[in-house]
Amino acid sequence: MNYYLLIAVFVIYFVMVILVGYLAYKRTHSSEDFLVAGRETNPYIMALSYGATFISTAAIVGFGGIAGKYGMGILWLAWLNVIVGIFIAFVFLGKRTRRIGRNMGSVTFPEFLGRRFNSKFVQVVSGLIIFCGMPLYAAVVMIGAARFMETTLTMNFSLALLILSVIIAVYVFYGGIKGVMYTDALQGTIMFVGMVILLVFIYVQLGGISQANSALTNMANLYPASALADGGTGWTSFPTFNSPYWWNLVTTTIMGVGIGALAQPSLAVRFMTVKSDKELNRAVLVGGIFIAVIPTTAYIVGSLSNVYFMQNVGKIAVDVVGGNIDKIIPTFINMAMPEWFVYIFLLTLLAAAMSTLSSQYHTQGTALGHDIIETLRSKKLSDNASTTLSKVGILVAVVLSLIIGLSLPGSIVALGTSLFFGICAAAFLPTYLGACYWKRATREGAIAGILSGTLSSLFWLIFVFGKTAKGLGICKFLTGAPMLISTMPWPSVDALCIAVPISAIFFVVVSLLTKPLDEEVLNKSFKGIDKKSKGDA
Amino acid sequence: MMVLGINDPWIWSIYILIILSALLCVVYGAINWNKGDDDEDDDIPEDDNITLDDLDSY
Repeated sequence: MNYYLLIAVFVIYFVMVILVGYLAYKRTHSSEDFLVAGRETNPYIMALSYGATFISTAAIVGFGGIAGKYGMGILWLAWLNVIVGIFIAFVFLGKRTRRIGRNMGSVTFPEFLGRRFNSKFVQVVSGLIIFCGMPLYAAVVMIGAARFMETTLTMNFSLALLILSVIIAVYVFYGGIKGVMYTDALQGTIMFVGMVILLVFIYVQLGGISQANSALTNMANLYPASALADGGTGWTSFPTFNSPYWWNLVTTTIMGVGIGALAQPSLAVRFMTVKSDKELNRAVLVGGIFIAVIPTTAYIVGSLSNVYFMQNVGKIAVDVVGGNIDKIIPTFINMAMPEWFVYIFLLTLLAAAMSTLSSQYHTQGTALGHDIIETLRSKKLSDNASTTLSKVGILVAVVLSLIIGLSLPGSIVALGTSLFFGICAAAFLPTYLGACYWKRATREGAIAGILSGTLSSLFWLIFVFGKTAKGLGICKFLTGAPMLISTMPWPSVDALCIAVPISAIFFVVVSLLTKPLDEEVLNKSFKGIDKKSKGDA
Repeated sequence: MMVLGINDPWIWSIYILIILSALLCVVYGAINWNKGDDDEDDDIPEDDNITLDDLDSY
């Protein structure tokens, strides 16, 4: 590999990102610009930004590696990403979020919930959950990107972390959400081009779709013993029902990330950045294609890399990389693809990481500045002071992620990602759905739903869910046993499966037992929606 | 039955579902390309927006 050429490609990319960020800075004049892009984002930019934020390096390298070891069952996640993450999210939640957000003048996800339920408490608590939970997710995405800069550019890991943080911080700090979304669109385009080339290349290289898949099906006898022991059955078949891998695949990966995406604050806020439903309609088309291509390609390539490796080095993927499945996709790219593509793919990965990170900093920073501090102050701030507070929040978020990123152990990228998606789903999903569709939902119901979901999710992660309970060690310290329940399948059942129903029950029951919200708040929230629904009917 | 070189219907069906879902997004976006322009709510007066002071504190 030509390092000078690689460094030149990286420098050109960083200069482009900074230029696009500068453009956003010039177009950011008010706090509404800084937080929701003046509610006038182009649908192409909105869709690509949503998709690029959604898909991080973890989805491409982490989950692609899982496909390399366990096979194509993970393609169900790609399907949910399209049907739930794009279609249902945009058509059924996005339009209402946009309209209610605009009716109530909300500019962040916690503020959307707070104003919909007429409660500062809801806004502050939601902001706190995001501010406390997101650094872990941001740190693991940053670790992924820095590790990859460390290996490809032979750069010191800490220096890589620092460079990434500074570059992203600059355009988020000055450009606000416009900086985030414009650079996301650039990065999303790079990701899309890179993945399309990869998908076409692998099927052409292996002789076409049916031939490549048949070759993989015929390799079932070579399926790794460790994957078989977990419940995997082959690269082109679904795992055994009720096995540890089945639970992990279905509850943590497919449901956790697939459905959890609906309640991701950094994604939901994007619905409030467009002017009308027309932009959302158009974004469904762009986002649908984007998401159908990117994760699907990663999972197919991860699985089919076994055929390539077998034909060329006589080993299956997991053996080629010595058991470290995070290396399957990068190793395949380095061995199988032409050198010019290796550069494109490296940029693709960096773009995937940076686009997710920038949104995390923005969401986390505004949670601290706008939702927590500004809401707790009794006096309303001026536009400038409000933006400054969000910027301070962003700086705190960047520093916090950097510190966590430097101190976390290895092999935590996929787990950290799934954990945060799960906690968000438990805390916000029932309440968010209710906010959009259920007028009888009350402020007390929302508070009960958010708190019960968060607490039950944390309890499950600390005391029952095997991976985290053992890793954290709190359960062992308090009770002497690594987990409270060790009989299968409970240690493999994701917190989401328990905490989301608990949150939903609390939300509904408490709402029904308490006084409905003021008619005035409801009428204002749903202004334009009722008329539209009646018109549609 | 082998479809696209895959025996397990749980896997080959997902190939088809992904393609169909992407098509659904494309068709939905194309049909509604010019629909949903903002109409009546374009002119929300500034003072009509809720401010922090209007929110209840819990």
